[in-house]
Amino acid sequence: MAPKPKLAVFKFASCDGCQLALLDCEDELLAIAEVVEIAYFLEARTQVLEGPYDVGLVEGSITTPHDAERIRAIRDQCKFLVTIGACATAGGIQALRNWADVGDFVSQVYAHPDYISTLATSTSIAEHVAVDFELRGCPINKAQLVELVSSLVRGRRPKVPTYSVCVECKRRLTVCVAVARGIACLGPVTQAGCGALCPAYHRECFGCYGPKEQPLNLVSLTTHLSRQGADGRHLVNLTRNFNGYAPQFRAASDRLEEDLSS
Amino acid sequence: MTSPRTFQVQALSRVEGEGALYVKLEGDRVQHVELNIYEPPRFFESFLRGREIHEVPDITARICGICPVAYQMSACHALEKALGIQLTPEIHTLRRLLYCGEWIESHTLHMHLLHAPDFLGYESGISMAADHKEVVQRGLRLKKIGNRVVETLGGRAIHPINVTVGGFYRAPRRRELQALAADLDWGLQAAIQTLHLVASFDFPDFEQDYQSVSLHHPDQYPMNQGQVVSSSGLAIPAEEYEQHFQERQVKHSTALHSVLLPEEINYLVGPLARINNCFDQLSPTAKREAERCKIEWPLRNNFKSIVARALEVIHAYEEAVQIVKTYHGQPSACRVPFQPREGSGCHATEAPRGLLYHRYRIGDDGLIQEAKIVPPTSQNQGQIEEDLRNFVPQVTQLDDDQATRKCEHMIRNYDPCISCSTHFLELTIER
Ligand code: SF4
Ligand code: SF4
Repeated sequence: MAPKPKLAVFKFASCDGCQLALLDCEDELLAIAEVVEIAYFLEARTQVLEGPYDVGLVEGSITTPHDAERIRAIRDQCKFLVTIGACATAGGIQALRNWADVGDFVSQVYAHPDYISTLATSTSIAEHVAVDFELRGCPINKAQLVELVSSLVRGRRPKVPTYSVCVECKRRLTVCVAVARGIACLGPVTQAGCGALCPAYHRECFGCYGPKEQPLNLVSLTTHLSRQGADGRHLVNLTRNFNGYAPQFRAASDRLEEDLSS
Repeated sequence: MTSPRTFQVQALSRVEGEGALYVKLEGDRVQHVELNIYEPPRFFESFLRGREIHEVPDITARICGICPVAYQMSACHALEKALGIQLTPEIHTLRRLLYCGEWIESHTLHMHLLHAPDFLGYESGISMAADHKEVVQRGLRLKKIGNRVVETLGGRAIHPINVTVGGFYRAPRRRELQALAADLDWGLQAAIQTLHLVASFDFPDFEQDYQSVSLHHPDQYPMNQGQVVSSSGLAIPAEEYEQHFQERQVKHSTALHSVLLPEEINYLVGPLARINNCFDQLSPTAKREAERCKIEWPLRNNFKSIVARALEVIHAYEEAVQIVKTYHGQPSACRVPFQPREGSGCHATEAPRGLLYHRYRIGDDGLIQEAKIVPPTSQNQGQIEEDLRNFVPQVTQLDDDQATRKCEHMIRNYDPCISCSTHFLELTIER
């Protein structure tokens, strides 16, 4: 029998929610453990098998000098490296520090800022090493995770949609919250994957799957939203959250913020 | 003269987040213990400044993927106080149901997959499944039902999107709740089986003089409401929390340690502390089964926290069954609108791992001006270190490997959530 592919799960600055998605595959977990060797997954097991690994799942963003080193060593150990979630893919909510002075942040929380070692920015894994595939979401969708693992075991590239949340809304026949309720919604520019959850609960999509891959037009969306009366500060906040440091969202919030001050 | 001996775990496993443990012994005497939390800080309290009120539950949820509901609950209640919002009984009931879902999901994960392997001698739930498949499968199904409850009310299990200041974006339909009933009925029975399994484990003799701190409410087991109480008689509203508890920074941790004033002592939060303070408020089945286990409460051995979790799972299932079967709320009663305004408010709720305190100040522009968050694991951190100092002498006759494993087991009694405390575990034992 061919040896089972080795899977490793690594954590950087994060909330653990994306790796938890693997433990949340209650129906599939034991079956997955039969076809792949879960070689390194500290949250779930003590046993650690040495690399190299066939697949590395990386959660979290890079925020310390030590982690910037660690991700390089991990890259060398993994044949196929996948970032899971908004933290790893775009820097996460903790990337809000990138717009502030992190020194101020440290001194707001800690009495002895000198004990804390941190970088000025929270950055995506791809800013440090080459990434082979990314799963979006804050958190990722466990069906996509199962698809990813099973495709990789079969040696094919995983399929995840790259269209927008809008398309998913139409499919599930949700009445558009922007049209019907006048809510500023990022659905048109956000990548699908969640099943258009928020609009189904009568609220805006706030972009937790990040900017969709296909070309998108954030300028025209935000201009349209302001014309409809959305508050400028609100639009900055809406585009600057869990994926705020993804390049397209970043450009949008920066431009909106400039408009605010001019 | 013996040379110093050290045990260390550089990256603790089966806990959430990143931490290390370091113990130094001189002969059999413990010289130094450090629970070193190196989880990188994420500075939530700082970047909440300038955000809108409705964003706070969405943002604070991201402190912890295992207990996002807790962060949403403490945040919402604190902000609702600041805004003078009066919640409807429906909202209180639905929030309890949501919390039941999270307690079930979080406790059953810890019991079956992370903690039981310590008692039964496995390195993980995955390995344990080879010999105890039924137990692991029962645990997974119990957990899945907890997640379903959160999904039904919150839209998804991790970082629910349906919770907001003032209630819920969309009220659940009665039939959505009723659809949970059959699984919840099964879960209540399965949870009783798990209780009797874990109550039969071998527990080390380890009686400690804990100050148990939790919420207490005369009419309900504490989740969202109640006073902060301690075993020695403290009983205060959340508004006085900061006068009695203080956070300190220690050199080896990115989490702040919290102590109880005025004596500056360590204290215990979490399931064991809750049952110690609130046994009377447990559901009838939980109380009856507790008596059948022949374990006397209050308890002073945190290795038995797994029994406390099992009892709370029974409670949560029983309460959830009762809510879904009797719920008749009107959708309009599920959200109270508000106007942003200046104000301050604080509140504590019971996260699966213990007391979670939030305080906010809202500026006259309706944006957050100040935020303070005290998570359960930073409150337990001092107590974990104290437990280690007292526990290590029991394991010094073992070889380093085994001794280290025992220490890790002891740390897992706390189900530490290091991501929450900002901040995971590395274990070093120096002898
Ligand atoms: S992307 Fe979101 S859910 Fe995933 S680890 Fe980061 S904060 Fe948690
Ligand atoms: S609708 Fe938008 S914000 Fe909501 S879950 Fe989907 S991607 Fe995330």
